Amino acid sequence: MNENISTTPVAAAAPKPENNSIFRHARYVVAENPVTGLAFGLFILIALCALIGPYIVPHDPLASDTTATLHAPSLKHWFGTDQLGRDIFSRVVVATRLDFIIAIASVALVFALGGFAGIASGFFGGWTDRIVGRISDTIMAFPLFVLAMGIVAALGNTVTNIVIATAVVNFPLYVRVARAEANIRREAGFVQAARLSGNGDMRILLAHILPNIMPIMMVQISLTMGYAILNAAGLSFIGLGVRPPTPEWGIMVAEGAANIISGEWWIALFPGAALMIAVFCFNLLGDGLRDLVDPQRRT
Amino acid sequence: MKRRDFLKSASAVAATSAIAAPAVFSPAKAQSRAETLLIVSESGPNNLDIHGVGTNVPGYEVSWNCYDRLISHEMKTVDGKAYYDKDKFKPELAEDMNVGDMSATFKLKKNAKFQDGTPVTAKDVKWSLDRAVTVGGFPTFQMAAGSLTKPEQFVVVDDNTFRVDFARKDRLTIPDLAVVVPCVINSELVKKNATEKDPWGLEYTKQNTAGSGAYKVASWVAGTEVVLERNDAWVGGPLPKVKKIIWRIVPSSGNRRALLERGDADISYDLPNKDFVELKSAGKLNIISTPYSNGIQYIGMNVKNPPFDNLKVRQAVAYAIPYQKIMDAVLFGLAKPMFGAPADAATQVAWPQPHKFNIDIAKAKALLAEAGYPNGFETTISFDLGFAGVNEPLCVLVQESLGQIGIKCTINKIPGANWRTELNKKVLPLYTNVFSGWLDYPEYFFIWCYHGKNSIFNTMSYQSKTTDGFIDGAVTAAATGDKANYEKDVKGFVDTAYADMPRIPLYQPYVNVATQKNISGYQYWFHRRLDYRTLVKG
Amino acid sequence: MLRMIAKRMVLIIPNLIGVVIVTFLLTRALPGDPAAYFAGPAADKQAIEQIRVKLGLDKPLIVQFGRYVNDLVHGDLGNSLSTGQPVVTEIKNRLPASAELTLFGLILSMVIAVPLGILAAVKQGSWIDHTCRVVATAGVSLPVFFTGLLLVYVFYFELGWSPAPLGRLDAFATAPAQITGFYLIDSVLTGKLETFRASLSQLLLPGFTLGIFSLAPIARMTRASMLAVLASEFVRTARASGLDNRTVIITYAFRNAMLPVITTLGMVFSFLLGANVLVEKVFAWPGIGSYAVEALITSDFAPVQGFVLTMAVLYVVLNLIIDILYGVIDPRVRLDG
Repeated sequence: MNENISTTPVAAAAPKPENNSIFRHARYVVAENPVTGLAFGLFILIALCALIGPYIVPHDPLASDTTATLHAPSLKHWFGTDQLGRDIFSRVVVATRLDFIIAIASVALVFALGGFAGIASGFFGGWTDRIVGRISDTIMAFPLFVLAMGIVAALGNTVTNIVIATAVVNFPLYVRVARAEANIRREAGFVQAARLSGNGDMRILLAHILPNIMPIMMVQISLTMGYAILNAAGLSFIGLGVRPPTPEWGIMVAEGAANIISGEWWIALFPGAALMIAVFCFNLLGDGLRDLVDPQRRT
Repeated sequence: MKRRDFLKSASAVAATSAIAAPAVFSPAKAQSRAETLLIVSESGPNNLDIHGVGTNVPGYEVSWNCYDRLISHEMKTVDGKAYYDKDKFKPELAEDMNVGDMSATFKLKKNAKFQDGTPVTAKDVKWSLDRAVTVGGFPTFQMAAGSLTKPEQFVVVDDNTFRVDFARKDRLTIPDLAVVVPCVINSELVKKNATEKDPWGLEYTKQNTAGSGAYKVASWVAGTEVVLERNDAWVGGPLPKVKKIIWRIVPSSGNRRALLERGDADISYDLPNKDFVELKSAGKLNIISTPYSNGIQYIGMNVKNPPFDNLKVRQAVAYAIPYQKIMDAVLFGLAKPMFGAPADAATQVAWPQPHKFNIDIAKAKALLAEAGYPNGFETTISFDLGFAGVNEPLCVLVQESLGQIGIKCTINKIPGANWRTELNKKVLPLYTNVFSGWLDYPEYFFIWCYHGKNSIFNTMSYQSKTTDGFIDGAVTAAATGDKANYEKDVKGFVDTAYADMPRIPLYQPYVNVATQKNISGYQYWFHRRLDYRTLVKG
Repeated sequence: MLRMIAKRMVLIIPNLIGVVIVTFLLTRALPGDPAAYFAGPAADKQAIEQIRVKLGLDKPLIVQFGRYVNDLVHGDLGNSLSTGQPVVTEIKNRLPASAELTLFGLILSMVIAVPLGILAAVKQGSWIDHTCRVVATAGVSLPVFFTGLLLVYVFYFELGWSPAPLGRLDAFATAPAQITGFYLIDSVLTGKLETFRASLSQLLLPGFTLGIFSLAPIARMTRASMLAVLASEFVRTARASGLDNRTVIITYAFRNAMLPVITTLGMVFSFLLGANVLVEKVFAWPGIGSYAVEALITSDFAPVQGFVLTMAVLYVVLNLIIDILYGVIDPRVRLDG
């Protein structure tokens, strides 16, 4: 939640890099910062799991086998089995898609709502700004995780509602970033030029300002992807997550939590590690993207 | 003992205490620790008075230990474990009980005193029972289960004599006087703290105990801990051995287990079955498992609405439940199976007893096709999130198995507070739940769960004139002591219930208690909570 | 100054009204029926309806809201169903526990994160910088409940170094006399060193769990703000005038870089106070977070409303204090700016 504080003011001053130099710059950033390279590699791995994971896993992630419950990791079950004898490796891999979908959907939703509201409020100012500002201030005053819990508890625990809750909680963040960026550009040369050539406000907003602040929004998106996954996992941990028996990382950690003390560490550890790697990857990627978008900060 | 061994053990003791020393151990504390019991459990009371509005089950435990009743039960030994004897009563506040044809007379113990020193009189008893039948909610319902409904039934004969008049002949009246609800309260003390809006002083007794029981609540921090101290003037029974009870609320079951294993906590009784099984085989603790009296976990089906209004569908489901898998993977064997009785087994005059179904997917498919659902159907299976530890894996297994005969279920988790509301609506198509009756009589279970007057626990909305006839018959036969008819009627309603199969019994759950090796004196009670009065440490 | 504070207060009011309305609606939308809860396990529909009328839950939503606001104005937040206590008392008793834990976690985190951030800025682009970043990011990537469980397993169960995760004090220790509500401070004030040690050892694991989670924002902020300061004119001047690197970094750069870090801390504190619900659950910590979660799961509205409102007020007040402080420390910043 604190990312934007460091990004915006400095980033705002940065001129947008030319398109053709982006790749060169990207290569430079990766070479300069091996961590970003690592994150990018992880991202590809996660994306692959999400795409083809369900087709390549060795076992049915939902099939119980009461003759093989709570087996420790072995060659047959790489990550061991859980209380109902389900293969944890298969469940961890298959869960990637769902967690990925939750993260992407919630970020897309908040980008559409928060990003647009922010741009509009930064660009138009006045009443638009005041109303959007009030809404986002009110949300900010809530303890965010409890707000997310409340939304899911009130609307029912389905994937859609988890997505909505996560999006609402991130709303103020997007508004703030988008508003600051749009505000700086409202009198910029290219906006004035577009206005002079007869473009309406809406068109300027969508066709000129939005693409212009996209890079900075991308940083935000990557960082909130990680937060979205953590949020969904936290909701699952307290019993407000997706429905069983659907594999999902947070629920799997919650199920395995009680077993850590009795020595069956693998039930919680592997999904926990997958969760951590995914969030880690999005956070590092966000950092890397920021370097890419904002070369000035590097010198 | 050789000198060298002695030295070795002495230094070992020194070494252990050196490690433990930084924590808390001064000699005075070790002393108090020996007379103090640390109990850990998942949740604590929300009200210290069972007559209170919405008092939860942990609250019953406080009431049981801090208040006395006129009578209580004797103990017997079942499988080497102390188990309350439902047929034998012993006096608690009364020193003598005289049951007549239409009334029972009690003589109170003359030396009985409330914890503030005032003597217990028949007036207090009447006030307390009047309160139980008038405050409404759970206490009033429970009293009514023993045909105790009106204040006029409670009569003060003199200061030390009290009479209960029976509304009608009912075998459950006397047992109902020995449950948790009819506790005797210090009426003068509570009246002093009552207000016009709250004539029964419920607000006062919510926060304070005002009884004559063996323990009193010394401090209570809701959701965190309850500290109880022994009442040295107790006359209801032999003076308890434990001076002080600290009851800590530890929500995480993993932490509770760790506390037990490391010897920090003395008793815990709501751990997952898996932990109990493992602790038992590790052998460091005493594990006592007792089946719930008069209780079963079951799969219920709403018989009013399709598709479960169709008997063949219900039978198909009963043939598609993975009973043994549930016993193994969910309960780790710690439960009594209520399925798969041999085909020629005779019906018992007892409850609960196993039915004859077992998993048979081919038969289930055939039945479903006969019922007109060859391709199955879609439905939801619901459970109470408050007991997710058992319910969730259970429902996952049932869902998987029903999937094999084409019934596609979505699992619906319902938060604990909402569970009763949902049951009360009687629209859940398929669900799992537990019911257990305090009074351990088959007809008591059936009145609540199968009778056509459709109480909240008849969650299936089951209506059958035959069953109602058998249940009413059994109640009358029991009241008049007509043994032959009673047996015929009990067998009758059990047989009908298993023929119509509105609910499928799965197993009889166990109450599991884990204690340190130096703790003894645990007794099983119908309310399944702890009785501190007989516990001994060391 | 006073006028600016008053102006800010006026601006805060609509936010708080928004919070009250949203919370009210949200809690009414929760599944669950308090009337059925109060009526007890064996109640029939008629009994539940009677209780509903008694609780005023049969009235239209707007009437209920009016009554709620009226109670609120009189300082009554209602009673909790599951603990049976007035919400105001519960929050008052539990807030110090949460605040002490959060503050302790934050201090632990600062002790680690600030040097990390400085190091990363000074050695920008080096392997130290990358390592700092990876460590901080790894911390924020771990779900707190998972970290907490792992720590309990290793330090309590396996190694036995830490006391049982049983809340603020060992079961056989007595709480110090209440002065500030912070056990660490109260035990020192009353001279009970044993209690101090007992409560400190209870605080360590949950404190670290929270601390690890808040490493990233603090380390990042320190790094960014150090970088900005290091690139500024006066540092360059200081360097040019031949001061050694150490002096420049500690006396010149660090001092100036701390200002934005302190503001971040305020934000992180209020964020953590609300976010530590999961940590409190794992460690059986008797704070307001665990209270709110339990209440939400059991559809117990009053504590949820009370919790959210308390947090909102805290958030607003904390922000105001930070802004004022900022204005005092750095007069260039105007409150209304």
